[in-house]
Amino acid sequence: MQTFLQQLVNGLAWGSIYALIAIGYTMVYGVLQLINFAHGDIYMIGAMAGYYLGLALGVVGEGSLLHFVTVLCGAMAICGGLGFVIERCAYKPLRRAPRLAALITAIGVSLFLEYMGQLVFGPDPKLFPPLLPARPVAAIGGVVINTIQITIFAVAVLLAAALRLIVMHTTMGKAMRAVAFSHTAASLMGINVDRVISFTFILGSMLAAAAGILVGISNPKVDPLMGIMPGLKAFVAAVLGGIGNIPGALLGGLLIGVAESMVVGYLSSTYRDALAFVILIVVLLFRPSGLLGSPSAEKV
Amino acid sequence: MRKGIAFALTVLGLWVINWILTNWLSEFAYHLQILVLIGINAILAVSLNLINGVTGQFSLGHAGFMAIGAYVAAAATYYGDPFLAARFGEAIPLNMLETGAFLVALLLGGLAAAVAGLLVGLPSLRLRGDYLAIATLGFGEIIRVIILNCESVGGARGFPGIAERANFFWVYGALAITTWVLRNLVRSPKGLAFPAIREDEIAAASIGISTTRYKVIAFVVGAFFAGVGGGLFAHFMTYLHTNTFSFIKSIEYVAMVVLGGMGSFTGAILAAALLTMLPEVLRAASEYRMIIYSLLLIVMMLVRRQGLLGNREFSWRWFLRARRPT
Repeated sequence: MQTFLQQLVNGLAWGSIYALIAIGYTMVYGVLQLINFAHGDIYMIGAMAGYYLGLALGVVGEGSLLHFVTVLCGAMAICGGLGFVIERCAYKPLRRAPRLAALITAIGVSLFLEYMGQLVFGPDPKLFPPLLPARPVAAIGGVVINTIQITIFAVAVLLAAALRLIVMHTTMGKAMRAVAFSHTAASLMGINVDRVISFTFILGSMLAAAAGILVGISNPKVDPLMGIMPGLKAFVAAVLGGIGNIPGALLGGLLIGVAESMVVGYLSSTYRDALAFVILIVVLLFRPSGLLGSPSAEKV
Repeated sequence: MRKGIAFALTVLGLWVINWILTNWLSEFAYHLQILVLIGINAILAVSLNLINGVTGQFSLGHAGFMAIGAYVAAAATYYGDPFLAARFGEAIPLNMLETGAFLVALLLGGLAAAVAGLLVGLPSLRLRGDYLAIATLGFGEIIRVIILNCESVGGARGFPGIAERANFFWVYGALAITTWVLRNLVRSPKGLAFPAIREDEIAAASIGISTTRYKVIAFVVGAFFAGVGGGLFAHFMTYLHTNTFSFIKSIEYVAMVVLGGMGSFTGAILAAALLTMLPEVLRAASEYRMIIYSLLLIVMMLVRRQGLLGNREFSWRWFLRARRPT
């Protein structure tokens, strides 16, 4: 029971990180019907930006909340810009091309970021500066919850709430939902579709950056290839929740995180990486629209 | 009759080249090694071309099929050789026995990969485009994790001590057979269903093509030859590790198919040769290999989406026609 609860806490922390990345996938898929493979690498850039910002701020020993917030905002701004640039350079020229072309480009952008990262940052893992002190906060029946885990969960919930506010209660959010419904209809209503898509990429990339920082404070080794696996798993989370559905992405992320840490706790950590893909294949076979998604008919 | 002669000439030609390469040009061992690697990569690219290029089922799991073929074939000779030597060692000369075991091992590897292709192909019936890509990627990773947990083939330590049996002759022979079989398959009257599915799945289904069946056939046949390629790879490198077969490897093959032109077998071979040689020719480029691959994918999609050869096949007639303008 104690193992179970401890793994549940660890799983929820990891799951929040997956959820933040998954939201970006799901939003981009919603407006573009594109699997943005590069999304996991934007998360990596976020973590790297956090590393260099932390160095620039001179964080040694124990950081403070101010450091954490500064680094978080800085990384989010950098990745937001990067998301914008990637969309404009690589995806926008392919708006009218077959979907496969855009997918191949996305894979290309992903590889480019990974290996440019290796070239620029160096291939070996870097030690993320300790932005926040890690202190156990509560120990209930042997289950330890520390400040880092609480921070991760709180930041994820806050960002998700902010995102919901943007999507449901602002003009831009309304436009995003309209574009997700139909590009043509949206542009006929006077919505600047390109601008909405750019905005979606910026938002998604900012969330990925936040996930990168959160991973940095809890799992302090960051390297240029760190985005591959979490990126893929977050995509699985988005599919599990129903792609295009933001609450679904959150739910999917948390479920995958918890399921993974259960596998680590009860089976073996070598099976951890396969689990997400098994879940993916099962979901695609039995409920392709995901847990919260609604089935859609193919248009001929 | 003509086909028989062509076959005999090909075998003879390959054997002669192989003899020359190993006996006279042995100081170029490094170049020979690259030449063989080009052949292996070409087999993989050509087999992926059937799935991705011709049938239009975007698969990112080709390295998984290759891994199955490699590990099964390697295990077959590794565990089978001592057994065969003990059983038939006196009756049959050792080198014949070893060659036979090698060929059977390649076949076993191919068949094992084909079974995996069947398993991957079945769910693909319900998925298309990007979902299929990510599902096949997932299959590839699952296969890798399973092998990683298989202690009898070395697990996380890798699989050393595989007999070195693949050489220029076998690799290019296999490449010739692969290309010949796949081209004939696609050019046969029934085989036209493959490109029909790529062009428009709904239209293909509406004229009575069983899209399900052809997609599964593409996966099974493509996986079979990928498995054979993997078996050759195992018996050429003599050491296997699951890290070799990560999805980066699958992406390399996708890059070859895309560069060569989706649907062109000779294009895939050309691209395999170019992309295998590139890091070797430009020593400085080896560091930038993956960056070059990534830029290649992006630029190809932006500028020349049909690839080098597009849909066409390389043909000597191009040169003849150039000489005699009509």
